[in-house]
Parts: sequence; C-alpha cells; structure tokens
Amino acid sequence: MSHREESVSVLDVRSVSKSFGAIRALSDVSFTVAAGEVVGLMGDNGAGKSTMVKLIAGNFPPSDGEIAVDGEVCHFHKPIEARGAGIEVVYQDLALADNLTAAQNVFLGREMKKGFWPLRVLDKQAMINRSAKLFAELKSETRPRDLVKKMSGGQRQAVAIARTRLSNAKLVLMDEPTAAISVRQVAEVLELIRRLKSQSVSVMLISHRMPDVFAVCDRIIVMRRGSKVADKATENTSPEEITGLITGAIRDA
Amino acid sequence: MTHSQTDTLKEGHASIGDVVGMREQTVFQKMIASQAFWVAIALFVLVVFMTWLEPSFGTVANVTNITRNFAPIAIMGLGMTVVLITGGIDLSVGSVMGLVAIVAGLLLTWHQPWYVAFGAGLLAGMACGAFNGFFVAYIGMPSFVVTLGMLSIARSAAVVLSGNQMLYQFGPDAPIVKAIGQAKWPRHTPDGWVPHWIPELSSHFWVMVILALIVGFVFIFTAWARHLFAIGGNEHAARLTGVPVDRVKFQAYVFSAFCAAVASLLLLGYSGSAINAMGTGYELRVIAGTVIGGANLMGGYGTAFGAVIGSAFLEVIRNALLMAGIDSNWQGAFVGAFIILAVLLGMQTSGKSLRATLEGMFTWKRK
Repeated sequence: MSHREESVSVLDVRSVSKSFGAIRALSDVSFTVAAGEVVGLMGDNGAGKSTMVKLIAGNFPPSDGEIAVDGEVCHFHKPIEARGAGIEVVYQDLALADNLTAAQNVFLGREMKKGFWPLRVLDKQAMINRSAKLFAELKSETRPRDLVKKMSGGQRQAVAIARTRLSNAKLVLMDEPTAAISVRQVAEVLELIRRLKSQSVSVMLISHRMPDVFAVCDRIIVMRRGSKVADKATENTSPEEITGLITGAIRDA
Repeated sequence: MTHSQTDTLKEGHASIGDVVGMREQTVFQKMIASQAFWVAIALFVLVVFMTWLEPSFGTVANVTNITRNFAPIAIMGLGMTVVLITGGIDLSVGSVMGLVAIVAGLLLTWHQPWYVAFGAGLLAGMACGAFNGFFVAYIGMPSFVVTLGMLSIARSAAVVLSGNQMLYQFGPDAPIVKAIGQAKWPRHTPDGWVPHWIPELSSHFWVMVILALIVGFVFIFTAWARHLFAIGGNEHAARLTGVPVDRVKFQAYVFSAFCAAVASLLLLGYSGSAINAMGTGYELRVIAGTVIGGANLMGGYGTAFGAVIGSAFLEVIRNALLMAGIDSNWQGAFVGAFIILAVLLGMQTSGKSLRATLEGMFTWKRK
C-alpha cells in the first residue's frame, strides 16, 4: 500500500471493500488522487472498476473502509450527495434523456430559474446560452436546442461532459468516455481532460483504450479481481507492462 | 457569475453566435410535426363536413352539448397526460369520479354546506391519487397494477358508502351545487349583447379551458414539468442527475386524481344527483383522448393542447355517429379502434407525427 504523503488529496480511498451478498467485488483498495491529477483506472471486465466508480460517485456506500474528499470522510448514499461534495460523473450510458434537448439535459436537475414564487419559471434563454458556451469550449458542434435523440455519439458525449462543467467540480469521473465515438471526438475528449487538469480539476479516467490512457494520465491504477495490483506513474511504465498487469501475466508491479 | 465564466463568455462570443445562430426547428416545423396539430385539422374537417351533411350538427344547441360533454374527459385527460408523460398510466380515474361524487353527495344529503362537500370530495379523490402515487413512486410497483387495484377499490367504496342508492336530496345548498354544474357563459338574454350564433358555453368547458391553460403554462415554463419529461425519457438518468423522481411521480398521480375529482364535482352539479356508477369506463375514453392528442404511452411526450383536442375529437366522432343514426352501442368499438389506431401511428413514427407516417405510406404506394 503506497500512500503518497501529499498535503491533502482531493480523493482518498482508504482500504475500501465492497461485497454484494457472497460476491466480493472490491477487497481492500486504497489510493489517492491529487488536485489537478489525471488518474487512469484500468482493468479487465469484472476487475471492479465500475464498482469503484459507483462507490466514489455515491451510488452505494462501501462495505468496509472509507472515502474521503478533501480530507473529509464522506458517507454518500445518493449520487446527488457526491455531487454536492464536488464529484461529477460522466456515466458510460451518459445518463441522458433522449426526449429532451441538449440544453435541457445539461441543466437537468439544476435548472436555472427566474422570477418569484409562484411564478418561478425556467430561464430558458440563459440555459441555452450557457450550454452553447460550454459546447463552444468543448469545440463541439452540439447545438443547445437539438434533441439528444437525434445526436451522434460524440455529440451525446459532449452533452454529458458539458453537464460536469456546470459546477466547480473537484473531481470528474469518466466511465469509458472514448469507447463509442469517432477518432476526432476522442481527440476532443482527451483535450477536454487536459483542460480540466489545467484548471486544477482532477480526473479519473476509466478506460479500456490504452493509447487514450497513456495520452492524458499522470498515473495509472490497475485493478484485477477486485484488488489494486499496480499504481504507477505513467512515465515509469509501458503499455506492455500495463497489459501484463491487467491480464495477470505480470503478478506484481 | 464568476470571473472565469465572464472571461469565457468574451472568448466564446463569436462561436456562441455560430452555434446559436443555427436555429434547429422553427415554430412552424415543430407545429406540423405534432400529432395534436393534425388531429386539430382532422377535427376541423370533420366539423365542416358534418355541418354540411347534417344541419342539426352545427346548431348552437349541439355545440353547447358537445363542448359540455367532452370537457370532463378533457379535464381528466390533462391529469392523465401528466401521468403518461412520466411513463405511467392511471386506470383509476373513472372509479375515483364515482367515489368523489358519493363522498360529496353524502355530505350534501347531511345538509353540509357545498364547500365542505366539495372540499371533502376533492380530498377523497386526492387521497386515492396519493395511494396510487405512494405505491408507484416510493414502492416501485407498476402503475398498471396499482391503479387497476384502485379502480376496483374506489368503485367498491363508492357503492358501499352510498348504500347502493342514488343520492339526490341535497339539503339547503342544492341550488348552489346545481348552479355550479349548470352555469353557462355567455348567456342568451333578450336584451343582452350576445348574438345568438355564439353558443352558451358550460362551466365544464370554462373550467377545462382554465385548467388547460394552467397545465400548458406549467409544461412549458416550469422545472417540475421538465422533470416529468425527463422521468419519462430516462428515469435512471433523471435520478442520477438529482431529479426528485419519486416525489414528482407521486405528485403526478395526485394531480390526475385531482382532475378526476374536479370533473366528478362538475358532473354532480350538472345532474343534481350522485350515483356510484359515475365515470364507469371513463378511464378508457380519457386514455383514448390523450393518446389521440399525441401523448406517448411509453412516456416522455404529451401536451395540454393534445389532451383537449383529442378528447374533443372523440366526442365529435361520437356525436356524429349518433346523428348519422348509428346504434350508440357501437361507440365503445369506435373508442377502442381509435385508441389502437392512435398508438399504431405513434409507434411507427416513434412518437413523431401522423404526417411522417402518411408520407411513408404514400411513398411506399408509389414504388
């Protein structure tokens, strides 16, 4: 267990385990994420990546161990609580409502309003303008008034990512953000990750795509069968070594 | 707005223009893509045709009748639309009407003031809605099952409470109750300003108009309605993004029951009596009306205008069939056929438009 002695980590996962009945999805996992750090989380299917993401995102509490954000131990029971603590998630399925427009999805659950009760109404123009600005920052061709139903994979991704930028998130979790989009959009998503980093936002990138992880991550954590098997700085490792760790060909890093 | 946001605003200014400048759908395009618009046109054509075919159809008296007949269905349709948008269904509205009528009727026969009776009726209705909403939203049961159960419970309660009697000896406030249910505006008086070609519209119709305007406003301008649509589109996503899914769904069922209670009280006032069979089978007419108006049974789409126009369409068809001398027992068959047809059209176009379907059919024929 290599705990880094930094001032205060944005995220500190301490000896976390999670069981679902008899199935042990995570056993005794510890790691930290510093401010402005981009950490890749890799592992084969069933290695426990998704469970880890869901724990951090507040979908359910750990069976054992604790998670601290900015040094404070948190007990999340709902995603909205994690969001309140500054953790934003881009879900693999993107969590978009197809029947709403891009702007409506970006602001879903935190709509901008104007006026006074009982005539407290949506400030649609403000939301459209702000979404347009976010999409422009992402250099995405997504249009705020378009229905998500009619969008390409990359545009949908942009909507989901734009959503995380509404608040001053400390940590953005991205679950396979580059899995189903075009090469050009992948480059855009990676560029966005770098931009988040430059604004001292931490990013956890969960991905199967080795080139993407090596392109943006400062550090790579490898999980296998529910345990952390490696936690290495990107410059001290290679795609070959990571592949070996993921498959179990290399036992210990 | 923070400093960094203001900065990006300046930087992004040109590109905002580019992005926002590309308008997606004009209002006109949106309009012709909506089923409610095409049903409104069909309704208009039907009315013109019937007026030409059957002189008694276009009379002021018949218009008064039609607008009064479909108003309670449309009022319940507004509530049903709210539930349908969340992806649920409320089969209990007809029975809730019966229970509300009996509760209010009983209090009136006990010589309570009309507002106590109406208040109790509304509360009884909303209690049914709260029951539905609790089991659907917080327990997670299918709305079909819960509201089907309530359909039986509320009707049974109405029969038991009424002692299976018709209630009509309404005590001192009977005239007020009747006045509410039978009120009309504008009135034809010998010295009045109202020309006789303007129909006297019932209180039912005006309540429907006001409620439709309110629901329409809520749909377009409030976060609550946006949450309704989000729940219907992707409930899981709505939950993840912090939408209070359970609460909004609960409220949808309470509102549906509230609408049923309002419709029930208007009909109670109109007939001056309360029967426990009031509203029997109305759930189907209400669902048919809303679906014809374009609401999606799968959730995620519906409009206040659609609920009204769909109900109006059904009533005009019903009225036209009566005038054409077709046995009134066939009405159920027509309602059923229309509900299937409306859903069929909605399915083929994945809830887009009647027009797209027709276009598809014509291009197919040309090949």
